Amino acid sequence: MAKIPLQFRHNGRDVAIFVDGGTNLLVALRELIGDMTPKFGCGQGGCGTCSVLIDGELHLSCLTLAEIVSGRSVETLDGMKQGPNLHPLQRAFADNFAAQCGYCTPGMLMAAKALLDRNPWPSRAEVVEAISGNICRCTGYEPIINAILAASGGRASG
Amino acid sequence: MTRHRGRGIASINYPIGMNLGGDPSQALVHSNPSGKFTVALSSIDLGQGMKSVTRQICAETLGVPVEDVYVDTADSDTGPHCMGSFASRGTHRVGNAVMAAAHEARGVMMEAAAEELEVNAADLDTDGQGNIHVKGAPHRSISTKDVAIAAQFKQGKTISGRGIFLVPLSNVDPETGEMSPATCYAHACLVAEVEVDDETGEVAMVRMDSAYELGRALNPRLVEQQLVGGAWMGVSHALYETPEPYYPAPVHGPRDFVEYLMPGPGDICPHDIAVLERPAPDGPFGAKGPGEMCANPVLPAVANAIFNAVGVRIDDLPITPEKVLRAIKAQGGARPQARR
Repeated sequence: MAKIPLQFRHNGRDVAIFVDGGTNLLVALRELIGDMTPKFGCGQGGCGTCSVLIDGELHLSCLTLAEIVSGRSVETLDGMKQGPNLHPLQRAFADNFAAQCGYCTPGMLMAAKALLDRNPWPSRAEVVEAISGNICRCTGYEPIINAILAASGGRASG
Repeated sequence: MTRHRGRGIASINYPIGMNLGGDPSQALVHSNPSGKFTVALSSIDLGQGMKSVTRQICAETLGVPVEDVYVDTADSDTGPHCMGSFASRGTHRVGNAVMAAAHEARGVMMEAAAEELEVNAADLDTDGQGNIHVKGAPHRSISTKDVAIAAQFKQGKTISGRGIFLVPLSNVDPETGEMSPATCYAHACLVAEVEVDDETGEVAMVRMDSAYELGRALNPRLVEQQLVGGAWMGVSHALYETPEPYYPAPVHGPRDFVEYLMPGPGDICPHDIAVLERPAPDGPFGAKGPGEMCANPVLPAVANAIFNAVGVRIDDLPITPEKVLRAIKAQGGARPQARR
């Protein structure tokens, strides 16, 4: 079967790849672009660790057909760092011990970024809602919720 | 129809490590010519922080800054032997091995420094900042980097140390059945408060309060993160997760995270933890280890809380809504017990 040419923005950079029909975005990112930050967890949309932003909106890359990001902008954890500096969310995750094994962390950070980008002053309930599609086995969620609240505008402005 | 509150308590004594062949672990420590140290381990850090804790133990024993120590958990092909990361043994067993290895390496380092400073090694001390000086005469000093360079290129010494920690195997007395399976026990008590819905059988966590005695907490923040996270693994075992052979038959086993339930961020509750530090005589700097015990007391405490709430005793895990409902029905309705 003929490969399909695909162009999109990946963390602010234009990329062009060829994909097989039916290739999902997670495979395209990891295997064709070499961005290993979205993780393969369940491959069924149940765990959230493959989460990425498409045009700023949170999506599960394992359930997203690669072709639909044609001409759109995809953000992954790989693009979160601001030069040599950690993103405030990454810093807050470190400061609040919000990662143990780290496997859920890429998805948690993307879900948190999607939330804070549209709602810089979330309540605790809104934070819980925002990460409710992501499973964490180690932390008991509490440190993750605290980290997101610590990085939010509400906290920063008192 | 009604949501009933209940409170349950559980206390545990938890052995650190196990009694299998003495449960040994080894560690190797060596310096590089830069004056930095590498700890080689086969032990794996699954995220609980063993790399951080062994790094602290090594730095403290050597008398160098923690930044000067790198812990390489390598792999079991190339690293010194370790039984593994389980049985709450990491800090205690591996930590003791690292301490022994670092102690031996420190001896060589002090001898090498003594040769450079032309003094007796017994008269030297470390400042914890990367220097070795003559006791009482801080100006007569040499950096660990210069000692490492001298050892490597001039004296022909390897600043290194070997460490193993082995608890003598305790056999079972054939007459009495008596044995000593562990040298070190940690203790905990946990109170769980739940809300049981007598119409749906659902159990919601309301709050947890716990006290843990686990020797000296070498890294209090890591201890806290393990206790917070581990408690939720305990809740998950108590209320959600079913292992093989599944209920009611293996064919009903879960195929994905929609069927294999775990608590989500919306299921958590406040958890107040008190850590009591009573240094263990045979632990590295008095440490025991939180490990598995952070999940263990949660299961009986939750089962007891459910009994307190609706009067049903369920001894089969996980305590699913179906089991709660059947039990309530069998006794002809919820029977809340006296609040304690």
